[in-house]
Amino acid sequence: MNGPHDLGGQMGLGPVAPETDEPVFHADWEKRALGVTLCAGTFGFWNIDESRHARENRHPVDYLSSTYYEIWIKGLERLLKRHGFVSERDLAEGRAVDGATQPKRVLKAADVPAVLARGGPCDRPVGTPPRFKTGDRIVTRNFSPTGHTRLPRYARGRHGVVEAVREGYVFPDTNAHGEGENPQWVYTVVFDGREIWGEDADPTLTVSIDAWESYLEPA
Amino acid sequence: MAARVRALETILTQKGLIDPAAIDVIVDTYETKVGPRNGARVVARAWSDPAYADWLRQDATAAIASLGFTGRQGEHMQAAFNTDETHNLVVCTLCSCYPWSVLGLPPVWYKAPPYRSRAVIDPRGVLEEFGLTLPKDKKVRVWDSTAELRYLVVPQRPAGTEGWSEDDLAGLVTRDSMIGTGVALEPEAA
Repeated sequence: MNGPHDLGGQMGLGPVAPETDEPVFHADWEKRALGVTLCAGTFGFWNIDESRHARENRHPVDYLSSTYYEIWIKGLERLLKRHGFVSERDLAEGRAVDGATQPKRVLKAADVPAVLARGGPCDRPVGTPPRFKTGDRIVTRNFSPTGHTRLPRYARGRHGVVEAVREGYVFPDTNAHGEGENPQWVYTVVFDGREIWGEDADPTLTVSIDAWESYLEPA
Repeated sequence: MAARVRALETILTQKGLIDPAAIDVIVDTYETKVGPRNGARVVARAWSDPAYADWLRQDATAAIASLGFTGRQGEHMQAAFNTDETHNLVVCTLCSCYPWSVLGLPPVWYKAPPYRSRAVIDPRGVLEEFGLTLPKDKKVRVWDSTAELRYLVVPQRPAGTEGWSEDDLAGLVTRDSMIGTGVALEPEAA
């Protein structure tokens, strides 16, 4: 979707403001927000793509005025409601009122180190050979899907070069919507800064994205 | 927001869906175990051992795993080596993708709109805000982490560190130097 999360090249958002000796968390609730989110992820009812879409699919004013852990919690509440783990009544009363879906797993403290160490690899076999090879000239597709995609707006309809053929990865555009993993080859594609930003771009700049095969056409 | 998160944790705990002790372990992991010291070990090894540096260049996932750093948000890794000609900078314009296994959790600025919007269009301006001015003729390569590949910048080894141990070298490798918003510390700063 052309949502508020797709920020590359947007202007007026102010300076970066790095923080000296930044703590890992700025409040105790951030710790719990991280933990609750990771625990709920192990229920087995959604994937990283659906959770990303639950975070990004919101009003720009809401998205841009929320901190990142606030966005996580808003996204998590949406996922928990969608999949029947919490109800509006639960949230309104701040306690368990209604029943819940049976999760596939409940993460126990003793299992946390192994679960974090394993992570969630997204590489999958692809039944066909890669369509592109290193050095190929490509042009990215120009589209405006209403659902999830990982092709940023600034990189649509742009000419670039394949720098690396990666692996087959789960395709987020369908995986986010319960339409299957449909793995595709992923490529690192490099663009000249001027191709993206025009004549005033930094002449020394190149920008790369990692693009699924269906985002690309030969150029 | 504190009350909202507490309520959510309470509801899920009452329903038997989460183990609050699991949250404690997760938090402890990222506060005390998994952080930029991991990445600094990788960089220091690459500076010290050309064969390891080659491996890191060819197969970062395996080379990093060999030092014991694996897992969530580091499942698929690529190293980007800074050179005399090119400075590398990593961003996730779409969300907050970051190599947790080697750098820990991302800083607030990395996840916030100013960095995500500007790193791809005005990287030199962004770097100035970190106190880093690049030579005009140095190429800037920005890596937008749009898939599940996570990037670790390998900064250039500072001059005057010949013969240093890996432990001492790791002390020069800052978190920001592995994102590309900084460079390695000079020996006198360590």
